[in-house]
Amino acid sequence: MTSVAERDGKAGAVTRPAPLGRRRDLGWIGIPLVALAGLAAYWLLPDDLALLTRIAASALFVLSLDLVLGYGGIATLGQAAMFGTGAYAAGIVAVNWNNDPFVMLAAGGLAGGLIALATGALILHARGLTLLMLTIAVGQIVQEVANKARDWTGGSDGLSGIDPAPVLGLFRFDMFGRTSYLFALAVLVAGLLVARRIVRSPFGLACRGVKEDPLRISAIGGSPKSYLVALYGVAGVFAGVAGGLTAVTSGIVGLDSAGFPWSAEALVMLVLGGTGRLYGAVIGTAAFMGIHHILAASDPFHWMGFIGLFLIGIVLFLPGGIASGLERLGGLLRRPAGQGEGGA
Amino acid sequence: METMFGIAVDGVAYGMILFIISVGLSVTLGLMRVVNLAHGAFAMVGGYVASYAAQSAGLPYGLALVVAVALTVLATLPLERLLYRRIYGSANELAQVLLTIGLTFVIVAGINYLFGPTLKRIPLPDLLTGTVQLGPKSIPTHRAFVIGAGAATLLGLWWLLERTDFGIRLRAAVDDPAMAAALGIRTERLYLATFALGTGLAALGGVLGAELLPLEPYYAIRYIVLFLAVVAVGGAGSIFGSAAAALALGIVDTAGKYLIPNFGEFFFYAALILILFRWPHGFFKGRTA
Repeated sequence: MTSVAERDGKAGAVTRPAPLGRRRDLGWIGIPLVALAGLAAYWLLPDDLALLTRIAASALFVLSLDLVLGYGGIATLGQAAMFGTGAYAAGIVAVNWNNDPFVMLAAGGLAGGLIALATGALILHARGLTLLMLTIAVGQIVQEVANKARDWTGGSDGLSGIDPAPVLGLFRFDMFGRTSYLFALAVLVAGLLVARRIVRSPFGLACRGVKEDPLRISAIGGSPKSYLVALYGVAGVFAGVAGGLTAVTSGIVGLDSAGFPWSAEALVMLVLGGTGRLYGAVIGTAAFMGIHHILAASDPFHWMGFIGLFLIGIVLFLPGGIASGLERLGGLLRRPAGQGEGGA
Repeated sequence: METMFGIAVDGVAYGMILFIISVGLSVTLGLMRVVNLAHGAFAMVGGYVASYAAQSAGLPYGLALVVAVALTVLATLPLERLLYRRIYGSANELAQVLLTIGLTFVIVAGINYLFGPTLKRIPLPDLLTGTVQLGPKSIPTHRAFVIGAGAATLLGLWWLLERTDFGIRLRAAVDDPAMAAALGIRTERLYLATFALGTGLAALGGVLGAELLPLEPYYAIRYIVLFLAVVAVGGAGSIFGSAAAALALGIVDTAGKYLIPNFGEFFFYAALILILFRWPHGFFKGRTA
């Protein structure tokens, strides 16, 4: 969120190391907490494993958006292009050549990364509305190509008949979705760990620098655009793996996986959870899809009204999302004096 | 030949509707730098109000049109005060996108609650249902009316922005808001007036275009990409840019639907990427570029 970034920029001029240090302990708790909560949900909600699986796969997708938006400051409404490409690549590989789940994930990641690099190099010079339009256009083109290439993708009927082999040759995908869920959760946690490693690497810090002040990055000899394109590609790999994961766990890939609504929903989930935190993506996805599951059962329009009001409330009153609310709460508990929330 | 003429008439009419709705978005984007994704929802509200006024309250078409525009503007002015004012400026891009998406969702849900999910029509008066003779050809009166209304909007806006005191202040605020405020232009009021202008245009387009862009609750989400495309290609804040982009888009889209029904979308978005790649500030560089 740009407004948060600005506030941090001002605060950071005085106390730059402090937010990083505080973020660090929270970040460390975040990933094991996700794993624990995921396992707890496995035992507590055995009847909702299909929903939980979708949450885990979507959370990985929203995580990819967090890399782009939270760490690169690229506002995009076309992240589903990479998700859809990855899902179709994984599905096509499974149907035609090899149905090992890890091969499918790799195919998805590769396809997502390649399409992100190719389109990122083409569009990332733009800013603002132009960039938003370009990302939307890329998503629409991917969807349109998938719609036309019926022989490969099944067109508007969707690509079905994906039957993944047992994980590592040991664990079959059972009809209760237990293997699916645990597999999805494992991939999500692995994704979180890799993403954490990436954003704390020199490359990740450079990307954050581009987000805060592109001019200064070019002044010290970096090329903002190439950092952003690389970050876009990395996030494309994550989105592609998330798409592949969806193909593995659901066995079907539809046109809506590359659609504009899916990109917009991912953005909503990310902002609900909080940008630039990684685990915020997981919180936001779980909150969004959980509430959706409950409310949309009665009437989808009630759900839209609720999420709309929620979104307006978040933008106006809690610009850092649910995660920043939790952090503030944690900060208040630990330090009664309260030094204000960390960011970046 | 007959087909070409049909494409030209339908394309221009469609383009005029796109122009009337999008130019409102373009003006607010140019002045307040706000990416208003709820603009389509405002157009939809206008259409629904007119539909209700004409069908349930029995008002004639012209009166329903006026009532719809007035009510939509009145209903959205508090939004400017309460919501939009907080997110003006190009630094808040993401907040703008999210807040206006949220607002769109709420409006979609509200419209569905009030009017139901079915398609709504605005009955045309007898005056607009026939055809008019244009030399050897005849074109539907409604299309001719829409084209005329679009041309009138274009001229009216040009006159408003280039020839009136309001227009001078508005252009000054677009070029440099801080300097304009320092010179004693009340930018807050200007923003309110411009927001009302943009919403009014959206509602007008929503009513006039109900035949071409059918009214249903997902209208707000379905067509907003189209309106944004017009603004991005036309350049924010440029009236003639919006008009040219909307007409080109309307004709290309209509021709694509008539001639190559399978690949229309693909070419449309490919063209959009190429144009924005070459001219990132819009093909017709606006004042703000």
